[in-house]
Amino acid sequence: MAEKKVGSRREFLGKASALRVKMVILGSSGVGKSSLALRFSKDEFKNSSPTVGCAYLTQVVCLHDVTLRFEIWDTAGQEKYHSVTPLYYRGAHAALVVYDISKRESFVRAQLWLRELEKHYIPGETVVGLVGNKTDLPNIRQVSLQEGQSLAESKGLVFMETSAKSGEQTSELLLNIAHRVNQRTMDKDRDLTEWREAECVELYQGNRPHPLTACCPIGP
Amino acid sequence: MSSSKLLPGTYTATSVTAFLLQPGQVKTIRACPSTWINESVLSLEPGTVMEADVHNKSVPLENGSLAPIDRLRRERSDSPTPGLVEGTEPGAGQDSAMFVHAQSFEDLTADAEQGQEEEEEEEVREEEGGGDSERTPEIGEPKNEGGGSEETQGPCSKEEEEEEEEGGEAGKPIYSRYGTEEALSSTMGVMMALVSFVEAEKNIIRSIHAEGYKVVFLRKSPLVLVGVSRTRQSERELTRELLYIYYQIISLLTLTQLNHIFQHKQNYDLRRLLAGSEHLTDNLLRLLDQDPGLLLSAVTCLPLPSSSRDVISSSLQAARAKSLVFSILLAGSRLVTLVRKKDQFLHHMDLHLLFNLVGSSSAFREGEGWTPICLPKFNTAGFFHAHISYLEPASELCLILVSTDREDFFNLSDCKRRFLERLRRRSAYQALHEALQAPSYPVSQVGIPDLRHFVYKSKSSGLYTSPEIPVPYQSEEEQERLMGLYQYLHSRMHHPIRPLRSIYRCAEKENLLAWVTSGFELYLCFSPLGTKALAVSAINKLLKWIRKEEDRLFILSPQTY
Ligand SMILES: Nc1nc2c(ncn2[C@@H]2O[C@H](COP(=O)(O)OP(=O)(O)OP(=O)(O)O)[C@@H](O)[C@H]2O)c(=O)[nH]1
Ligand SMILES: [Mg+2]
Repeated sequence: MAEKKVGSRREFLGKASALRVKMVILGSSGVGKSSLALRFSKDEFKNSSPTVGCAYLTQVVCLHDVTLRFEIWDTAGQEKYHSVTPLYYRGAHAALVVYDISKRESFVRAQLWLRELEKHYIPGETVVGLVGNKTDLPNIRQVSLQEGQSLAESKGLVFMETSAKSGEQTSELLLNIAHRVNQRTMDKDRDLTEWREAECVELYQGNRPHPLTACCPIGP
Repeated sequence: MSSSKLLPGTYTATSVTAFLLQPGQVKTIRACPSTWINESVLSLEPGTVMEADVHNKSVPLENGSLAPIDRLRRERSDSPTPGLVEGTEPGAGQDSAMFVHAQSFEDLTADAEQGQEEEEEEEVREEEGGGDSERTPEIGEPKNEGGGSEETQGPCSKEEEEEEEEGGEAGKPIYSRYGTEEALSSTMGVMMALVSFVEAEKNIIRSIHAEGYKVVFLRKSPLVLVGVSRTRQSERELTRELLYIYYQIISLLTLTQLNHIFQHKQNYDLRRLLAGSEHLTDNLLRLLDQDPGLLLSAVTCLPLPSSSRDVISSSLQAARAKSLVFSILLAGSRLVTLVRKKDQFLHHMDLHLLFNLVGSSSAFREGEGWTPICLPKFNTAGFFHAHISYLEPASELCLILVSTDREDFFNLSDCKRRFLERLRRRSAYQALHEALQAPSYPVSQVGIPDLRHFVYKSKSSGLYTSPEIPVPYQSEEEQERLMGLYQYLHSRMHHPIRPLRSIYRCAEKENLLAWVTSGFELYLCFSPLGTKALAVSAINKLLKWIRKEEDRLFILSPQTY
């Protein structure tokens, strides 16, 4: 794809503003959420320890007519942190539910996550993606491509299989989500809030919006 | 996932079970009603022992130290350097101490430092157990007059094998350092049976001594922690380690949540909630073996010119937010600076738990971390929310911003940005990076020929300083052996019934000296060639050196928002 290097901030961005997109990544522990987030933001892969609480990363994605600044909330899959996750999917423009194609259990958990999400968003408002990660491990695959696909179709979700390790399909995934978020906001005739580097101090002062829903909410 | 794997067992469950299962071995069970014990505990309160200490009379209470004033009274007044009372010793802060938590949820005196006075409530001891040179004192034993000094000779070795486990009250094993919980469950069953058998009689089991093993129980409802050790570590040391593990668990879950879970579901498998955090406990246990800070209840600082440190502190102070309670800048496991909200104090134990959280995880390396965390010595009931991030990608410098508001992420993120922006404009940032290059200081800087290593703690600031680990102790085993020696000295100095003021010990490979006054604690390690006279004379020289270097080695002017 032309915009493969989502990492390169283009010169014109210096002055122009980007629109803020809140994206949350959900799924069981160990499926590769943090690894995907690291791919999205730095196009790197490292062995990492389990996320503690939540990690916040950003990435700017340039589409032909607009620049989106993804604010990525990489949540912890461990059960003890589940009580705080609503904080992160509340008001999100995009949500990725990740499972590990080599672990059926994680696919089951992904369905629970989807059900949990459904309670909190109105279909057609939040872009939800179902992601089967670790395609570099085809020998120990437990969840077939079709299974993932048909689950996504039945719920009208974006579906993609990725490998955070090899980088396969990761930037495509982010771009796909970016296009859809952009499309939805245009359809709805509702703008995302702007993000300007120089002004971020002011942004956080005074009658600013709710900190964790700093994007104008598309959902309810 | 790799981190959820347990350490391979160097210790089989059967070796533990073997000695626990043979009831014939347990020759005497000494038990007494807990009311009676309480009385004897009271009479052991250290405050009653050395009431007449001349130094401490003038020490105002708010000049807090990590050790309660009462405890300090038991130190003798004839300190080696009579001017050095608590609050004026090298390294003492100008302000009130930084870390003492004045309004601690629990009484500070209740554990760690001296909570073990009650430890002798019951003792199950195997009489021909041999091997155990540390006679465990009995209840009602005549009390020693507080301090004494001792000179001993002979090997002082620490065996390395030690095992820690813990179980819920219903007897489900939750975590085990060596061996899997499943393999241990029969052992645990026996342990729980023992615990509940004794408790049915309204007694509390504290420890079992058999065949050179010590089994220490720490009852912290709803958990029971069990430590099995063949080392020379005293019961107190083992209990302190168990206590750290307990607080580590609380820091992830809060006591409120823990109680709530077990009230609703007695046989809940707590491993569900602890899954993925085993590496935190593993790392904490490693720190307990290697880090003098956990032993001394103190924290060490990155040596840094005080002018630079002050600039860093004030930059941090300027980057405040309403919900912010503590801002902590770390370099690895050393403190660069700490700014706190007025009237709020951070307990050293909580600080060590934070260090452990950051140190045992690479998770904060990417992006900004935002996590609920309970600081159990502050409040076991609720979560703080910590913003954790490294100043630069490959840097050792980690900033922890502790807030009360879980929705305040963006404000804290902005605090960090402001702090960094301000700091980068100052030369102190350069000085900070230079200080990071030189890891610490060699002991040779002190200029005492036979001195190999030392640990000095200023009691009133709760900070300690220590040179680099010298060549003979650089391997992990040797470093742990050195720590074991310090642990031994520490437990002798802080013995609940017969505390010592000084101790000199000639061991095979080194000579050791420990000296405790109302102001400081000092542990020294000399080459085996030195003499006692030389060792004692080194103290003054060392104290002078520390005084000269104190601006660099300690945080003398702590800041508040
Ligand atoms: N083979 C392979 N391994 C991967 C891939 N993505 C992640 N991993 C590995 O899977 C393990 C877990 O990855 P993380 O990204 O930490 O998982 P997580 O979903 O963030 O886990 P939590 O933070 O605990 O919720 C790590 O050892 C990664 O190296 C992948 O695409 N292929
Ligand atoms: Mg993660």
